[in-house]
Amino acid sequence: MSATEPVADNGVNVEALLDARNALTDAPEAAEFTWRATTEWVRGTRTESTISEYSGLGEQHNHKSTWSYTADHPEVFAAEDNGPTPVEFVLVGLATCLTAGVAAVAQNRNIQLDSVKASIEGDMNILGILGADPEVRNGFNDIRVHFDIDADADQSEIEALVAQSQKRSAVFDVVTNPSNVTVTVN
Amino acid sequence: MTHVPVVIVGAGHSGLAVSHVLTRHDIDHVLLERGGVANTWKTERWDSLRLLTPNWQTRLPGLAYDGDDPDGFMPVAELARFLERYAERCGAPVQTHTEVTSVAPGDPGYVVQTTEGTWEADAVVLASGAFNRPNVPALAGDLPAAIDQVTTFDYKRPDLLRPGRVLVVGASATGIQIADELLRSGREVTVAVGEHVRMPRVYCGRDIMWWLERIGRLDERYDEVDDLVRARRVPSPQLVGTPDRADLDLNALTARGAELVGRLAAVRDGRALFSGSLRNVCNLADLKLVRLLDTIDAWAAQEGLGEGEGPRPDPTAVPEAPRLTIDLVEEGYETVLWATGYRADLSWLHVPCVDRKGEVRHDGGIVRDAPGLYRIGLNFLRRRKSSFIHGAEDDANDIVAHLLAHLGRPARRAGAHAGG
Repeated sequence: MSATEPVADNGVNVEALLDARNALTDAPEAAEFTWRATTEWVRGTRTESTISEYSGLGEQHNHKSTWSYTADHPEVFAAEDNGPTPVEFVLVGLATCLTAGVAAVAQNRNIQLDSVKASIEGDMNILGILGADPEVRNGFNDIRVHFDIDADADQSEIEALVAQSQKRSAVFDVVTNPSNVTVTVN
Repeated sequence: MTHVPVVIVGAGHSGLAVSHVLTRHDIDHVLLERGGVANTWKTERWDSLRLLTPNWQTRLPGLAYDGDDPDGFMPVAELARFLERYAERCGAPVQTHTEVTSVAPGDPGYVVQTTEGTWEADAVVLASGAFNRPNVPALAGDLPAAIDQVTTFDYKRPDLLRPGRVLVVGASATGIQIADELLRSGREVTVAVGEHVRMPRVYCGRDIMWWLERIGRLDERYDEVDDLVRARRVPSPQLVGTPDRADLDLNALTARGAELVGRLAAVRDGRALFSGSLRNVCNLADLKLVRLLDTIDAWAAQEGLGEGEGPRPDPTAVPEAPRLTIDLVEEGYETVLWATGYRADLSWLHVPCVDRKGEVRHDGGIVRDAPGLYRIGLNFLRRRKSSFIHGAEDDANDIVAHLLAHLGRPARRAGAHAGG
């Protein structure tokens, strides 16, 4: 980078991320993270979830505060609609992960972002969750994300940001690939 | 025990290039080769395979292609003959049918044990290749027993496979070449596509390798690239070397009737599950292809060549809704062909210099924490061209320069030195 080239500031500390990558390559056990949340049933389909701690880098960490989220189902499902549905949380998880990724990749490529807006929608045939048609899956059959990005970059650079963000996204991986899930009960 | 200053493990193109440079510097050495010269090329590849690089680019220190088809692509049998001729012309001291069973630290230097005796060496060059074993993912063990699993080591030609449908896993050079050959033989083929590199065979009348060489891409050094880990893992480009110089990409396979699916992610209850990332991996490859062609155009304009600005290939046509699961047995698949890359076999290397993934830690081929030990013939060892035949020359020169210093021998000013 020449001295006169403007330095992008998207508020992402890329140097710290690159340092972490170098450090963790030689200490792979520290790279093992575990993310946690707890969910309590309230009434009907309403739940309250809290997120406060996680582990990684070989130790336990607390978030700066405890966050709570209400989930429910909408009135068309004969529920009270006290919060988003769980599948909307999944969509938010994907959109937030991809958007954060766009910012990080842009920082790494010295591209100044002015605005980034992701719109996400997921199609679902509810005959699956209703158990009415065994041929229909429960989950999304198609998810679409659309980005509106204003940045100091040309169209192909912006497209490359979005593509690289998908490549490095944890939630994109979770959504597009199978994961083993173990559920136990006391 | 025989003492020799330098042992080279493997008499493929890399080992022979190092031998040539050592001879030029009057350094006594021996090449230990488990089979004959070019063993891997002769015994562990499929029948129709040709080099991805044009004949004019097939050159080693002291010998370049001198046939009458410089723009053609060498079948592997011809390459094996080329390497045999090279070994002969250089007087390479190859000890054939001598399998190395152990390389261990000596006092000083290294002790090299083989099926034909033991050598003591001041320096050892590991030129045994990076493609010794097929890199088959662990999920292969979950496939139904009724499915025949074939690696690129076993695959020779279409008619040796069972008659049913074939799932080709992998879409780099190997995967698409074999998929194409199977489709042409009338098979129904599904290709599981992960990250890949797309390139046209010919751009503006020139072979893509000509452009890559001319714009300096192939000479990019390991200590210059942004992300060496990624650069070393870049899969081989979707290219084939055929007499008609045709492109071979996913669109060509689709046109021939192939079904594209995402990366094979898991096998559960006999069902293959594919990643939903197909659209993105194709988009990534298309974007990179356009960036490469833009770079070529910019270079051509700067050089005032009057070339460049060629057509952009059509974007990869991804099915509207690629299938995410296939019940292999139910749907008549009889073969899964693993085109999932290769890995080195260094199980005989007893020098503490490998990382947790079993790969030798090295800086441009100079092995860390093991003075006098060298590695050559890997993807992006020292330059982007390191894995190509013609990439061996500069790497061999650099490594031998370091090796001479290690031996305390002065470097000779060699007239034939063509390295950078």
